[in-house]
Amino acid sequence: MSDSSSPASLGVWQFGPRVSAIAAATFTELVRMKVFYFLLIFAVVVIGNSAFMMNFSFEEKFQMLKDVALGAMSIFTSLLAILATAMLLPKDIEERTIYTILAKPVPRHEYLLGKLVGVLFMLFLATLIMSAVFLVVLWIRERSEIAAALAQLQGASPADISAAVESIRKSTFNANLLPGIIIIFTKSALLASMTLLVSSFATSSIFGIITSFAVYFIGHLQATARDFWLSGMDAEWWTRLLVALVALIFPDLQAFSLADDVVAGTAIPAAIFWKTFALGGVYVFVYYLFASLIFAGREL
Amino acid sequence: MKRKLLVLGLLLLFGGLKLPFELRLDVAQREAYFRGAKLDLSLREQVGQMGFFAALSGFRSFIASLLWIEAHTAWEKTEWGRMAGLFDTVTTLQPRSALYWDMAAWHMAWNASIAAFEDKSQPSEALRIRAQRQYFKLGREFLEKGIRNNPDRPDLYEKLAILLRDKYEDHCGAADAFAKAATFPDARGYVRRFAFYELAKCPGREREAYEGLKKLYLEGESERLPSVVSMIGKLEETLDIPAAERLNLQSHSTQPSTLSHP
Repeated sequence: MSDSSSPASLGVWQFGPRVSAIAAATFTELVRMKVFYFLLIFAVVVIGNSAFMMNFSFEEKFQMLKDVALGAMSIFTSLLAILATAMLLPKDIEERTIYTILAKPVPRHEYLLGKLVGVLFMLFLATLIMSAVFLVVLWIRERSEIAAALAQLQGASPADISAAVESIRKSTFNANLLPGIIIIFTKSALLASMTLLVSSFATSSIFGIITSFAVYFIGHLQATARDFWLSGMDAEWWTRLLVALVALIFPDLQAFSLADDVVAGTAIPAAIFWKTFALGGVYVFVYYLFASLIFAGREL
Repeated sequence: MKRKLLVLGLLLLFGGLKLPFELRLDVAQREAYFRGAKLDLSLREQVGQMGFFAALSGFRSFIASLLWIEAHTAWEKTEWGRMAGLFDTVTTLQPRSALYWDMAAWHMAWNASIAAFEDKSQPSEALRIRAQRQYFKLGREFLEKGIRNNPDRPDLYEKLAILLRDKYEDHCGAADAFAKAATFPDARGYVRRFAFYELAKCPGREREAYEGLKKLYLEGESERLPSVVSMIGKLEETLDIPAAERLNLQSHSTQPSTLSHP
């Protein structure tokens, strides 16, 4: 079964409803797979880490809360993106639902787009809920620290009280947390699209998962390989070829690890934020195109 | 198979096209103090295989946080050597956190150094003083490395100045560090004043301190603190400033109650 239906015969105007129908079905399927249960683990991690922080200063508490929350957000969204996407196509093939859908007829690229949009919506919702949990916990902690400081500073001058409250506020929220979270989502979207590309030729979900995780780890080393290749260092030809391939084929995932420095107080300039976001968007689009190209010729 | 090869070729082509953009973004991110952690073999030895793997996977801050908790436990057990090692790892993983550099320096130069000096198991006072100085040095090194990684954070210059003043009695160095901190718009208000106080104790730079304090004093009431007035008076005596050139400190009102902060 190969993709022979032309867009004209299928009705280009029905593109939106068809894709959204597949996306909605994909999202429902993921919800039924209970992927959102991990949010409970996230909430426990974020709320429960206070147990370790009884004796820390408020600056340390807030620093660690942000470290743990954004770190956990990054771990969970990356895991979700790879695991959820890697299971979609093999599951549809195994349960033979893919034949029903493609026989509608729905072009394969629309089917893939629907799957990707469904996963991206699930990732967006998960990031949104995790962000809300994190910000609420941060706000509650800020209130309790301010209340404790006010109790300790009874009788102090208004200037001293104001300075103490200001220093607590400065340690909690900063404007860069939001772009940091958006970049975490962008990275997970890139991973979902990359996993879809792997799934388009993978013969089983386990192959898709292993390959995607390999790409994930190599992607974090891509910048090192790229620097080595471009520095023109003296090495065997095959070493240079290998690092060149790594630099060209894999995405630079360190470019999307901005949250590590954001929690330490580093500000994301608007230009860097938009360029990183745009790079993520390009990766999502290009990987989807390549996945469609491979999937269009796949024997099912 | 042909399609797969075609996609591989297109992937390489896309790689060639995206490479210049990625390189420019890399440079821009580094200039904005991102991607500063050095994930090398020494870190691999410090954090172990799993920790290094996690750090490589984009969870640096998460691992740093866990190790910071471990360092805190080491502090409660007064395991100073282990703490120093853990602080080294934490600051390598999270070099942009001024808090980690500051706290690591404070633990070493204040807590560990005092513990070393008061170590009852060491009968030799010379060795205890030596150990104490080693911890001062460790604290200083943390702050200096912290400044190299965070040249845009006034807090670290201020903490270095305090360490140089209190532990090394290096007033010239402290004055320079306070002065550097004062160049930042978000520095604490008192650092400029403190730079001149330290300069006044730096041999040969008393005149510079006097001119600076005089300028500060003439800025207005908010800077006419008793400590400033007193220091100007002392410097006028020390420098033997002619009476006609001296500030008429008596005629200016002061704000003795505003000394609630340093």
